[in-house]
Amino acid sequence: MKPIRDVGIVGYGAYVPRFRLPAKEVARVWKGPDGDVPIVEKAVAGPDEDAATIAIEAARNALKRAQIQPKQIGAVWVGSESHPYAVKPTSTIVAEAIGATPEIQAGDWEFACKAGTEAMQAAFGFVGSGMASYALVIGADTAQARPGDELEYTASAGGAAYIIGLREESLAYLEGSYSYVTDTPDFFRRPEQTYPQHGSRFTGEPAYFKHVLTSAQGLLDQLGAKPSDYRMAVFHQPNVKFPQRAAKLLGFTDEQVKTGLLAGVIGNTYAGSSLLGLTAILDVAQPGDRLLLVSFGSGAGSDAMSFVVTENIVQRRKRALFTCDYIQRRKEIDYGLYVRYRGKLKVH
Amino acid sequence: MRDVSIIGIGQTKVAEHWERSLRHLAADAVMAAMRDAGVERADALYVGNMLSGELSGQENLGALIADFVGLRGIEAAKIEAACASGAAAVRMGYLAVASGLLDVVIAVGVEKMTDQGSEIVTAALATAADADYEVVNGVSFISLNALIMRRYMHEYGIPHEDFAGFPVNAHKNAATNPNAMFQSPISLETFKRAKMIASPINLMDSSPVADGAAAVVLAPSDLARRFQAAPVRIIGSANATDSLAVHDRHDPLFLSAAALSAQKAYRQAGLGPADVDFFELHDAFSITAALSLEAAGFAERGQATRLAKDGEISLSGRIPVCTLGGLKARGHPVGATGVYQIVEAAQQLRGQAGPNQVKNARIGMTQNIGGSGAAVITHILAAAE
Amino acid sequence: MPIPQYWRTQSQRYRLTGEVCNTCGAKLFPPRDVCPECSKPAYEPFEFGGAGEVYSFSLLSNAPAGYEAYEPYTVALVKLAEGPLVTAQLTDVEPEEVRIGMPVEMVTRKLTEQGEDGLIVYGYKFRPVLRPAANG
Repeated sequence: MKPIRDVGIVGYGAYVPRFRLPAKEVARVWKGPDGDVPIVEKAVAGPDEDAATIAIEAARNALKRAQIQPKQIGAVWVGSESHPYAVKPTSTIVAEAIGATPEIQAGDWEFACKAGTEAMQAAFGFVGSGMASYALVIGADTAQARPGDELEYTASAGGAAYIIGLREESLAYLEGSYSYVTDTPDFFRRPEQTYPQHGSRFTGEPAYFKHVLTSAQGLLDQLGAKPSDYRMAVFHQPNVKFPQRAAKLLGFTDEQVKTGLLAGVIGNTYAGSSLLGLTAILDVAQPGDRLLLVSFGSGAGSDAMSFVVTENIVQRRKRALFTCDYIQRRKEIDYGLYVRYRGKLKVH
Repeated sequence: MRDVSIIGIGQTKVAEHWERSLRHLAADAVMAAMRDAGVERADALYVGNMLSGELSGQENLGALIADFVGLRGIEAAKIEAACASGAAAVRMGYLAVASGLLDVVIAVGVEKMTDQGSEIVTAALATAADADYEVVNGVSFISLNALIMRRYMHEYGIPHEDFAGFPVNAHKNAATNPNAMFQSPISLETFKRAKMIASPINLMDSSPVADGAAAVVLAPSDLARRFQAAPVRIIGSANATDSLAVHDRHDPLFLSAAALSAQKAYRQAGLGPADVDFFELHDAFSITAALSLEAAGFAERGQATRLAKDGEISLSGRIPVCTLGGLKARGHPVGATGVYQIVEAAQQLRGQAGPNQVKNARIGMTQNIGGSGAAVITHILAAAE
Repeated sequence: MPIPQYWRTQSQRYRLTGEVCNTCGAKLFPPRDVCPECSKPAYEPFEFGGAGEVYSFSLLSNAPAGYEAYEPYTVALVKLAEGPLVTAQLTDVEPEEVRIGMPVEMVTRKLTEQGEDGLIVYGYKFRPVLRPAANG
């Protein structure tokens, strides 16, 4: 599906915090020095960071690339599963911080790790219908995992922002998108609980793979495209193995997914996951490249999107920091600092 | 305009006075001063205090203290200028008497700081800084002064230990002041080993807070001899201000309010720095002591630590400072300090400073600073002829 | 601090919105209604770019109430490129790396939280300028 008017990505921006917790550190505390690890290390938000501050910096980077005035933005939509407030939008904080208020639409989105692409789908419609010239969507998280749980190796922090506008100004235009959603309780959290429940192996085939593979194939079929038509592809990445396997099952090569696969060195940034992978891809993609993004959110659903890169990307992408600049900025911490920064210590 | 004299002085020891409340401390000082003056009545009472509201839940101190000391009905008010509240109260009394409107006026400075925990006291002291643009960023009052100190050290190439002379001098003098909070000397080693609070300020750079009260009784000079054999005259009194926030100062390394207020006081008294026999300066931090000496004209910019290193600030030096311990060692009950400075100056000028006596002390200067340099009140006092 | 007091200074904290004096051209932060340079009225908003350098700094280990979560942190006077000095925390930097003259840039971070159930206050902090990685 795509809107009546052609739309695309007019600006994009990334943000990853600087602290890194090696997965071997988590293993050392809970399993012993020889424990198995699913990734190398994950990004950890500092004590003065949260989903709002991550969203703000990603948004500022997106604005630099879009080269528009903040007040031209018609909507600011932030998707996360770690919004700082349960009631009070992250979106208004971001909108105010970038100077986009007050004649603006704002609201928070939630659909586990696909909250950001969820908002992006809506933004395609919002701009494509002519209701706004530009819409800013952000997927950002400071994910929390139960101490000692397998998700603690990977639950990390980061975010990506996209400004959606008309095709003529875009760095990459939308060919089409496809969403696939069912009610599948693979991973969830009740309101008063700190940590989520997850279905362990149930999160694999009936959840991640079913939705990712179906939405990807569904989009390819609609567009009459095949994997070899794509220069690069990015999948939701809760770890390294899942996206690699999904790619293989669909017929994509390791080479195609390599650029967008960041989970090994920054972990699972939840609502930022596939969106951050896409920013890394856009940092190096060439005009004419066809790109595929497939997100996944527990609950469950997947959004697949196909883009084609334009000439505009060459000059405009240089105007902000690249994703690798953030990834290479790292300060290693140990498990003790990690639990302090993530508020896992009981101080009352 | 009438000439004004100090006819009575009183003070409590600076300490953690668990048994004495705010009003009791004020009364102790007021009654001692009234006894010293030999008066049983007064026309007005001005109470210098900064934190009674935040720490004791008590405002309206003018009425409270006036009644408590048996002077119910007289003119009274609380005067506040952060840590310069004490001198501000004395200045208010000075203005009242000099104007000819009132005759016998009491000024008391009182502060009760030990009833609350240190986090609350730290937050209360920060109200002397800019709430919206300094404090909201998590700066403590000490760290604001640390920012000034580090820049000063950077611009003039002054190593941290060059400031040691200020607290060393203060502690030496306090050792023989029975009213001082600390009565043991410290060494350069103590200074170098002291714990960092907000770099580069360490525990020895920083004055202690505690409870205390000091009071003076003022009267017109032509009546003063009825009360005191050798009344000390106030020959200069001036208040000047600067921006509240350090970041708004034209020059963060110059206490322009201190310079302005000192110049106004010198002009009124018809004299200059060379005529001053001792200086009760506001050594809340060692950097403040250095900047005060420079602002008042006792040292060139960037040179004040030399006075400390060369012993010029000792009791027998060229310009003795903190002759009874200063804020560092006598202690700094913030709203009371300004009155302690004036009481101590009066002791010197009366020849009643005991082992701390500055020889031939005829002219004394006191300077009380509110905030990081925002409100400065200078007094110049002269011994009786 | 009561919530309305935080709210009134939001655009200063979020976007470094100050003023420019129309009479003498001085850039003012924080904004005030009378220019401190020429004493004329100053009301024209001016958004600072966020670039600056460290004028002075201090490492705090006794944080005031409400800021303990961020201890130990460095506070600084930052000289903005357009002229004014601002007081702010430094972030994303180790204390031993801080130097007077270090180029810094503004970022929006949490300044404090009013307990677990109260307001989160966001505002400006400064970090060493993040440059592109050498082999990025």
